[in-house]
Amino acid sequence: MAMLQITGLTHSYGGDHGVLGGIDLTVPDGRLVSIVGPSGCGKSTLLRCIAGLIRPTGGTLTLDGSPIDGVPDDLAVVFQDYSRSLFPWLTVRDNVALPLRRRGMSRPERRAAAQEALESVGLPDAGRRYPWQLSGGMQQRVSIARALAYRPSLMLMDEPFGSVDAQTREDLEDLLLQVHRTQKMTILLVTHDIDESVYVGDRVVVLNRSPARVHADLDVDLPASRDQIETRGLPEFVRLRAEVGRLVRGGGRSPGAEPADTGTASDIVTDE
Amino acid sequence: MRSLRGFAERAWLVAAVVVLWELVTRAVNDVYYPPPTTIAAALHELWFSGPASHAFLTGQAVDDFSTSLAHLFMGWTAAGVAGVAVGTVMGRSRILYDLLNPVLEFMRAVPPPTLVPFFIIVFHLGATMQVVTIAFGVVWPVLLNTCDGVRAVDTLQLDTARVFGVGRFRRLAVVILPAAAPKIFAGLRVALSFALILMVISELFGSTAGIGSRLVGAQRAFEANPMWAAIVMLGVLGLLFNTLFMVLERRLLAWHAGARRLT
Repeated sequence: MAMLQITGLTHSYGGDHGVLGGIDLTVPDGRLVSIVGPSGCGKSTLLRCIAGLIRPTGGTLTLDGSPIDGVPDDLAVVFQDYSRSLFPWLTVRDNVALPLRRRGMSRPERRAAAQEALESVGLPDAGRRYPWQLSGGMQQRVSIARALAYRPSLMLMDEPFGSVDAQTREDLEDLLLQVHRTQKMTILLVTHDIDESVYVGDRVVVLNRSPARVHADLDVDLPASRDQIETRGLPEFVRLRAEVGRLVRGGGRSPGAEPADTGTASDIVTDE
Repeated sequence: MRSLRGFAERAWLVAAVVVLWELVTRAVNDVYYPPPTTIAAALHELWFSGPASHAFLTGQAVDDFSTSLAHLFMGWTAAGVAGVAVGTVMGRSRILYDLLNPVLEFMRAVPPPTLVPFFIIVFHLGATMQVVTIAFGVVWPVLLNTCDGVRAVDTLQLDTARVFGVGRFRRLAVVILPAAAPKIFAGLRVALSFALILMVISELFGSTAGIGSRLVGAQRAFEANPMWAAIVMLGVLGLLFNTLFMVLERRLLAWHAGARRLT
């Protein structure tokens, strides 16, 4: 079943310079899809269109079969800039519990749900503290906990690990994989990190530069249980990383590569 | 022990100035420049020699303080509420901001005391005129600071609230006003010290009770001691209000200081 369906999505910020140039993308239920592309290619714009924060100039977006018009009820976003997207005047627990009021939950229920979400990201004791008292990696865990507690059917992540150090980044990638596995959530992750897109994704969608189009759509054929050292050493990982790297730099598909099931031949465009 | 030493380090200059003031005024021995001890005695006699059951306040003190402070806080509170309300609406609406900002900038530039004669005509002498003078004079820093603060709310914070389905009115209470709170509080603090000034000015005209009217009464009767007592009393009140407000602000905005220290 198609969870998120995007057809012919275009957007331009005034003038005739398009940011998105007709994107077609289908994200089936329960998948973790990475979107990767050169910086400034319109990844964030795409994500903001899906989140209903901006109204695209053209094309259609449907979530669970209903068209996206305004911010969907069933969607959570993890932004890159955790220090700005967590509210410094609320405790960690209140930050996580904030969106739960409209879920019709009572105060004790909200607190319990927040605590449970914090435990699932490895922060069982952080509830009473303030976000700014935590390290960057911990703050991003809180953002993820907030998204989890909300129980969305689709979780969008906008370069979520772009502002943390390498070690923390690997920990958070593994946390994301674990969350995806245990909660069966559909996740769309935008990143400019090629390694990351392959390591966490079930599928990697490569965008090309302005106006953004789907350049390639690759299935990641790696075991579901992944390990930072082992998985990154697998021949399939190395091959995919090289392939995605080439595509991000504007190259075409390598001749030996098998076509991905969801991508179509017309998606393969060479860079101008 | 350490706090005592810290206090001593900060207070010695004040003590030294008071002692110097005492010595100089005693040496000069001019009736218009009474020494601090005489002023203290006048303060005591005027306001603080009452019975213990009234916390040592005299009947005069109850009259003067309750009148002055009631006007002060009524004016300040009205200005605070109106300033935050209008400032928030203006800060959220681009059209209203563009429309009203030039008018408000002009109105703010008018020195509030110049409006006292006008308020006397409209409201006649009395409490209403005094409260209106205070409220009108101090509303601007609150209003403009609130407006600034509301306009400067981080768009990512607003987007986050929208994405997580925080509705319009709740967004105001949970995101916009807290985010603007540091600026709103700065405006309220400035407004409080303005309010004290305007309280005195509003009492200089045809008022029979209040610290300001005591001040002008003493001056007209060539009584230097009560006049100085009123001046010192107003200084002490200003200091007291500012300190209390800072304590309140530090408590309510602890997150702001904490977040700023760490980033």
